[in-house]
Amino acid sequence: MASLRVLVGCKRVIDYAVKIRVKPDKSGVVTEGVKHSMNPFDEIAVEEAIRMKEKKLASEVIAFSCGPTASQETLRTAMAMGADRSIHVEVDANQAEIIQPIHIAKLLSKIAQEEKADIVMVGKQAIDDDCNQTAQMTAALLDWPQATFASKLEPAEGGLKVTREIDGGLETIQVKTPTVISSDLRLNEPRYATLPNIMKAKKKPLAKKKPEDYGVEIKAHQEIKKVEDPPTREAGQKLETVEELVTKLKDGGFI
Amino acid sequence: RRISSLAELPETHQLLKQTCQGFSDNEIAPVAAQLDKEHTYPKNLVKKLGELGLLCIDISESDGGTGLDYLAYSIALEEISRGCASLGCIMSVNNSLYLGPIKHFANADQKETFLKPFLNGDQVGCFALSEPGNGSDAGAASTTATLDGDSWVLNGTKSWITNGYEASATVVFATTDKSLKHKGISAFLVPKPTPGLTLGKKEDKLGIRATSTCNLIFDECRIPKENLLGETGLGFKIAMQTLDAGRIGIASQALGIGQAAIDCAIDYATKRKAFGAPISKMQAIQTKLADMELKLESARLLTYKAALLKDSGKPYTKHAAMAKLAASETATYNSHQCIQILGGMGYVTDMPAERHYRDARITEIYEGTSEIQRLVIAGSLLKEYSMKN
Repeated sequence: MASLRVLVGCKRVIDYAVKIRVKPDKSGVVTEGVKHSMNPFDEIAVEEAIRMKEKKLASEVIAFSCGPTASQETLRTAMAMGADRSIHVEVDANQAEIIQPIHIAKLLSKIAQEEKADIVMVGKQAIDDDCNQTAQMTAALLDWPQATFASKLEPAEGGLKVTREIDGGLETIQVKTPTVISSDLRLNEPRYATLPNIMKAKKKPLAKKKPEDYGVEIKAHQEIKKVEDPPTREAGQKLETVEELVTKLKDGGFI
Repeated sequence: RRISSLAELPETHQLLKQTCQGFSDNEIAPVAAQLDKEHTYPKNLVKKLGELGLLCIDISESDGGTGLDYLAYSIALEEISRGCASLGCIMSVNNSLYLGPIKHFANADQKETFLKPFLNGDQVGCFALSEPGNGSDAGAASTTATLDGDSWVLNGTKSWITNGYEASATVVFATTDKSLKHKGISAFLVPKPTPGLTLGKKEDKLGIRATSTCNLIFDECRIPKENLLGETGLGFKIAMQTLDAGRIGIASQALGIGQAAIDCAIDYATKRKAFGAPISKMQAIQTKLADMELKLESARLLTYKAALLKDSGKPYTKHAAMAKLAASETATYNSHQCIQILGGMGYVTDMPAERHYRDARITEIYEGTSEIQRLVIAGSLLKEYSMKN
């Protein structure tokens, strides 16, 4: 059971606290000069991988990110939290615009095979596109079992016992390793990178690669036609009785 | 390292700033008002600072410390102080005033006892120089230390000692040879508690109320001969060198308070409406905000320069004094204007403005009053001039 190798995917996204603004030409959102950080769900995945290493369930944690040069900061943060080394698949600004989960899944599956990973872990979704696809696609490409929306991970015979958050509540399943996991919010609370670990991270290896190194072509499969703000919320109406409410709902065609 | 690097901090320092900002915003700021109100020492937060490596920032890795530099220290201390000025003060005293002299002047045995256990937040230290009879006039120390066989015997009172109640050890300055005046002062390491050492009452302060400040009273207090730090007569030099570095610490603490004040003011000004628009649109408010930001950034650049000079091994006394002077006067200016911008809301405890105002005031006094800083700056300036002419 011990000495599992864990490959964790992290994405550099606009920081969760930033107020998002749509570009005047409606082609996307403003990213220039805006604060970016590691996708919060990925942070949770990194934290879980490091805890597995601390519990001696894992022997090595490798962090991965595909993005522009600045994604290196995300990887340095992962290493400062405790990841042993990282792989940065660098793309230029244009490619970064069109990258989709399918490309990441292809890269992750190639790297997982090369690195002989036992577990591939990612956040359940990125907070910029909310796709919730990468883990599932990666598992399909590798033909590995998957356990998504994990809120608890425990070792089990030949694999892991995973508690998943689903619509109806909690579901516990058992998966054999190698496996793909996606982390949900309540899996853990990520640690602050301590100063000694920030210092140690400087000496950890960060490998720079390109998508071509893994035989992956960044090709656009879809085109974003327009991005706009949701409609501004209008004031509601105060009604006197329940009967009035029912009438209004019927008149509006809502019931 | 050159000043041009101030355009963008090195990556390590950026990561460090992120960690400290996150910790400060999430764990410190939410409890700061309560700590101030209840006059409580934040023991568990001090331990967390220790775990993050923030209480021994420039102690070498081989000695068990974090092994970073004074620029890192300044950045970290500013962020922590922005959350709670008291916690920043505790962090500054442990790093600069307690570990500082021990790092530079202690021998291996002294480091085992007085350095190693003080790195991770389990224990903190303090620094005892001021006395009821002398603050600025540090050379007039009237606390005495007399050699008696295998022990030094200390007699006298030290006042205004931060961390006085919680510290497990102190660096004390006492006169060993009165005839030599300030060259007859020596430094000693004293564990706490120890027979002959009692604490005065906890001072009831205007600000930084989560720290304890009290007198240390030495009455025939015996400490082993081995507890002399450095050599006899070296005390004054140790104190002055320690305070030079400590000034970068206090400057950083003041920057944190000044930043918290301007953040509070901007937040309020963008939301508070008067005469049909947010008050941030009004020239009178904009002028204030501009002045606050200008003073803050200027003080910050001075602080970074002092830190960079120290880290490069260059003389930094003048810049440390300038940084401390600029940052402390900025903290009081910014917190004063913050209250003004908040109006009545600035005067009540519902908003943090009044706490920043009270916390800021001490930064112009301790570790060298603003008046002393001006003498230090003028002294350096005149010396530089006389060397060229």
